[in-house]
Amino acid sequence: MVFGWLLLGMICLIAACKPQQSSSNKPAISVQTIENKGSDTLVNLALSWAETYMQQNPEVRISVTGGGTGTGIAAMINGTVNIANASREMTPEEIAAAEANGIKPVEFAVARDAIAVVVNPSNPVNRLTLQQLSSIYTGEIINWKEVGGEDRPIVLLSRESNSGTYVYFLENVIRSGNKESDLLFSPDTLLMPSSEGISVEVRQNPNALGYDGLGYVTADQKVLAVAKNTRSPYVLPMIETVNDRSYPISRPLYVYTAGEPTGQVRTYLDWVLGDGQTLVSKLGFVPLN
Amino acid sequence: MLKIDYKETSLHRVGEFGIESAIRVLGFSSIGFVLLIFYFLLREGLPIFYEVPLSNFFGTRWYPTFALFGTMPLVLGSALVTITAIIISVPLGVATAVFVGEVAPDWAREILKPMIEVLAGIPSVVLGFFGMNFVAPFIRETLGAPTGLTVFAGGLILAYMALPTIISVAEDALDTIPESYRDAGLAMGATRWQTIWRVVVPAARSGIIVAVMLGIGRAIGETMVVMMVTGNAARMPLGLDSLFRPARTMTATIAAEMGEVAQGGVHYHALFGIGIILFLITFIINLTAASSIFSKRRRGGLR
Repeated sequence: MVFGWLLLGMICLIAACKPQQSSSNKPAISVQTIENKGSDTLVNLALSWAETYMQQNPEVRISVTGGGTGTGIAAMINGTVNIANASREMTPEEIAAAEANGIKPVEFAVARDAIAVVVNPSNPVNRLTLQQLSSIYTGEIINWKEVGGEDRPIVLLSRESNSGTYVYFLENVIRSGNKESDLLFSPDTLLMPSSEGISVEVRQNPNALGYDGLGYVTADQKVLAVAKNTRSPYVLPMIETVNDRSYPISRPLYVYTAGEPTGQVRTYLDWVLGDGQTLVSKLGFVPLN
Repeated sequence: MLKIDYKETSLHRVGEFGIESAIRVLGFSSIGFVLLIFYFLLREGLPIFYEVPLSNFFGTRWYPTFALFGTMPLVLGSALVTITAIIISVPLGVATAVFVGEVAPDWAREILKPMIEVLAGIPSVVLGFFGMNFVAPFIRETLGAPTGLTVFAGGLILAYMALPTIISVAEDALDTIPESYRDAGLAMGATRWQTIWRVVVPAARSGIIVAVMLGIGRAIGETMVVMMVTGNAARMPLGLDSLFRPARTMTATIAAEMGEVAQGGVHYHALFGIGIILFLITFIINLTAASSIFSKRRRGGLR
């Protein structure tokens, strides 16, 4: 038994030594690495920024991973990444957790995103109001014929609850931006672990109703026009309609850094907010201004 | 001469002692690891039981973002998917084992056994992708369910994943039954079918139960496939149609949400709380299996 604990102790020691070694090695490396993690909505855009920037600045290495806004922010708070990509603002709890860790997060808006509401191409429904979407997603309306479609059950698709898209959709569509509201997604909502999961189901299932970032909508899904209320016009999400704010479900996308960025991270973010904006519209997002 | 001899023996003894203690360390450390994992699970999971009231933790709505931690839909979801998988895979698996072990001619066995083992090697994410793109649409179109991402789709693929385990272990159990049992059965005038069904299978019963338990273990712990094909809707699967509706399992919940939670938060503890429930369930299953095997042994393996 004693030997067993000794062995365990050794393993723990080895594990404890590792981070020290790597941190003492870091200054010796001439190529600087920027770790970038977070929102799956932003991941493709962040990748194309990183690739373009690395071509122009070979002395910088940028590694981009997804995993969800919550994952990215948690990693930024734990100090494992330099930049967290977020498709929502940080929550007060997350800011408190960061401050408890001695980190003051700094926010940068980097692009705008529209959330597209998608159905199977064979679905005759072309448009919905925000109120209808809310009633559908809370489980009040369960058949397509109640919103002018065929007599079919509605299958609700959503991203997992760690996605920023989920939180945004809940607060701004289901709860219509009303902070007092305690409406929730219907328990029958299918939570898909990825955008790919949503697009596969929407493509195959004529009953499906889903939502996802505009940059993720493929040609084989049908995008619905959405109206703020019954009196306002139905608007399809496009770069123009998002920029003039007439499309009702759009949001800013953020990156967060731990404290005011310095050095290469600062230079990179300045580039993202400047020249980098030309890449934004190529990926289906909407550039700032 | 004598001196050298003595030296050699002592070296020998030292070497033996070294090897013996090395093996002992390895043996005890594996127990130590299990204990440590169990301790870690309890340390991270137990706080949930006083952080939220039990009526919440065992409630019917799982909405961790809004402090609703009802685990009942997840427990029932896991149970339903596993039971579906077991109902499909056990008869199929045991029958296949009997066929491969008792009925099939030698040349067929030579082909079948390696093929079954290859089945076990297919990565679960591949099966999940297959399920999402082919099994789910098939279920929706043929059975008329609103969506194909259902308990049934998960059960079907899990059954497929549990089959190789059940078949190989059950077949090994049948293999250990002495030839004299079969000879005796046939000599008593029993047909081949009667010999297999009344003599050989009951004699191998404890091994077959182990096979089924290992299969259940595989099914209840599987994560990737259920996350991809069961739809992950945390609804209470109570109605008769629940088999053809989506469900959310404990494993998929832990896997999908663990990446997001703040370490040490209530949600984090709740996920470990689910881990404790899952651990207890598998522990009880294993215990029942072990006790049923022991009681069979005492009675000599035959009824």
